[in-house]
Formats: sequence, structure tokens, C-alpha cells
Amino acid sequence: MLSDTAPRRVDPPALPEARGPLSAAVLGALRGWPPAMPHLDQADPYGDDLQLALYCCYELHYRGFADIASDREWDVGVLGLRAELERVFETALRKDVPAADGTVAEVTAELDALVVEQVEGRGPSWHLRRDGELWQLREYVAHRSLYHLKEGDPQAFVIARLDGPAKAALVSVEHDEYGAGNPDRMHARLFAEMMGSLGLSTAYGHYLDAASAETLAEVNFMSLCGLHRRLRGALVGQFATVELTSSPGSERLVRAMRRLGCPEQAVAFYDEHVEADAVHEQMVRLGVVAPLLAAEPELARDIVFGVRASSFLADRFGALLLDSWTRGRPTLRRPLTDAPTPAGSMR
Amino acid sequence: MAEARQIVVTDDGPLLVSGPVEVVLPDGRRVRSDRPVTAICVCRRSRRAPFCDTSHRRKVRTSDAATDDEEDRAQRHSAPAG
Repeated sequence: MLSDTAPRRVDPPALPEARGPLSAAVLGALRGWPPAMPHLDQADPYGDDLQLALYCCYELHYRGFADIASDREWDVGVLGLRAELERVFETALRKDVPAADGTVAEVTAELDALVVEQVEGRGPSWHLRRDGELWQLREYVAHRSLYHLKEGDPQAFVIARLDGPAKAALVSVEHDEYGAGNPDRMHARLFAEMMGSLGLSTAYGHYLDAASAETLAEVNFMSLCGLHRRLRGALVGQFATVELTSSPGSERLVRAMRRLGCPEQAVAFYDEHVEADAVHEQMVRLGVVAPLLAAEPELARDIVFGVRASSFLADRFGALLLDSWTRGRPTLRRPLTDAPTPAGSMR
Repeated sequence: MAEARQIVVTDDGPLLVSGPVEVVLPDGRRVRSDRPVTAICVCRRSRRAPFCDTSHRRKVRTSDAATDDEEDRAQRHSAPAG
């Protein structure tokens, strides 16, 4: 019941560097400078500047930042900026994914489609399994750390917005993500151990400056849906997408790591997810989505939106990695030491 | 009378059993799962038998170049269970 694991202080990360006027405005507001609302008309909804700005707004609700006052979380200036950024992001997503028809049948069809496996798929885990290199695997893990070091946290926000069987089942899955009472089995902790054994920094937020806009957008979508009660259907759709697609992807990463000769400690995280997410898939479909739709069928439209938007963003992330890797280029904004030197040296 | 343990039979996937379970295999090996819910493979395709690894899923071929199906089958047969 009680763990022997020594409690450790998690130091909040340093503020990242701005990537443009929007992120500069948010960072300024966090530091307590007078708020300056930048123009959003020309903003790229999926670009580095907007995604970093949004990520920084959301991080206040998780671990915060070093030397930034905790009460910035509810600072009206910061919240005002966040609302504008969210509007641009959500509007773009609603435009870029096919609109749902609002039927329960469509939710079922959408989830069914997620569990059809490709014999020959395309995506980072397929590439890594087949012929990916160690530096590419390390890049993949560094990108993913932006989510996995707080695995389960964005989805935990939705608990208070659910009731009855859907709530109970979602909490069961989350309980498992949090190690089912054992902090040594907490998925975020397993992820950190994997990072350490791959020679990466295990510090929370260490790779924020290095992470691509595509990486941040996936996490931002979870935070957006988790923090808005209005979007609880979309959060459940996002959660279902991850839980339904994770098991085979994790299996491919296990094989990639074994092929690359990674230590067993590194393999443990994805190895755990093969079996854990085979269970979670069933619990999410039967325990969360089905009773939620039975109680609130009007959420069907947003559940489908959550599935489609998170798949859309996952595809963007996958495309970035594959496009860059096939050209021998690193995908982190601050390349790892074993990555090829960008542009010029690669012929 | 003790409350009956519930076992959920899914459509085309595993059996779901709640609570920690110990599964005894034909060769006498005992495999334990401490998960809140355990998915027991009944399609017999799992590489992690007796637990589900989603191998029951329908597979579609989208490219002619694919040979993974055969590779998968070979792996499944050579991989030790559990």
C-alpha cells in the first residue's frame, strides 16, 4: 500500500526561448510584463510560435516554470492570451478534419477503423522497427517526453466532468497509468527510466526548446480538451485513439529497441504498453465510450472530432519525422549529439 | 455466498478478468498478472500468451511490397509464450 520509493522533488523547467511574437507575448505575460496582444490574423495554427505559446499557457496547470509565480495559472492576462490562441487552434482543427454527423454509429465505425492493422504501415514506429537508427529512436523518445513525463495528466482533468460508469472506467485506466498504486510502475517514471538508459536527460521539460511544433500540438490538443468541460467528448475521443492504437505501435518499438541492442531497462516502457493497452482498449470502448454515449448521445459529434483531430495531429508528427529522417536530417530543434549535422554535411 | 467474479467476453477480442489473476498453462507454468483488469487471449494468436497483445485485430494490406505477414507468423511461432 505504501511505497518505499523515496519522494523526489520535481523541479519545474526553465522558461523556453520564444519562437516568434505570440510565444514572446506569453513568456512576457508569465514574467509579469504588461500584456501585449499580438495579431493573430496571420498566425499559423500549427506553427512553432503559436504551439509553443499555447504549451507555455497550459504548462502552468501542470508543473509550472522555474521562477514563475504559481498564480500566473489564473492570471486574466495569460488566460486572455490563451483563449485567443485556443480559438485559432481549434478553428483550424475543425476545418481540417471531416465534420462528424453526430450519430452513435459513426463513433463505432471510427473506433472500429482504429483497430484495423496495416500489414505494411507507414509511420515512425514502422520505420524504427524496420531500419531506424539509434539516433532516430532517441529523437523519437525526446519528442515524446513532452507528453510521457506527464502521462495521464491531461486526461485526468476530464474525470471531474464525467459521471457514473464512464467515470469509474476512465479512472481505472488512469489508475493503471499511474502505476496502480505503485510509483515505481507509474508510466511517467518508466518513461524517465527509459530516457536515462538511452542517454537522454530525464528532467521534466528538458526537451521543450528542442521539441517541434508537431510534438507540442499533440500535447496541446490533450490539454485543450482536458481543460474545457465543453470539449469532454473530444477528450474521450483523444483518449480512446491513444489507447486503441498504442499496443501494436508499442510492440513495434519494442522490436526496434531489441534490434538496436537497447538495454532491457529501455525496452520496459513500451513492453509494458503492449499488454497494458490491450486491456485499456477494451476498457475504453466498453467501459468509457459506450456508457458515455448511452448517457449523453449528443457527445458523439465531439468524440469523433477528438479521434479525427488527434489522428490528424499524430499524422503530422509522423510525417515530420519520416520526411526529415529519410533525408538524414534531425527533427529536434536542438539536435542530439549523435544526430547527423543538419544541412551541408549530409550529401 | 461470495460474490461471483465477472468475466467479460468481448466481441472478437480477449476475455476480461478483474483483479490480480494467476493463469496456469498446460505445461504447468504459472503466470501472474497484477493488473486491475487482465485481458486473456482466446484467439491463440498472441505472442504474449496467455495475455492479449491485440494480435486478434483484422489486418489489411495496403502495399504490394509487404512481407510482414509472413514475418509476423514466423515470429509468433518461434517466440516463447508469456
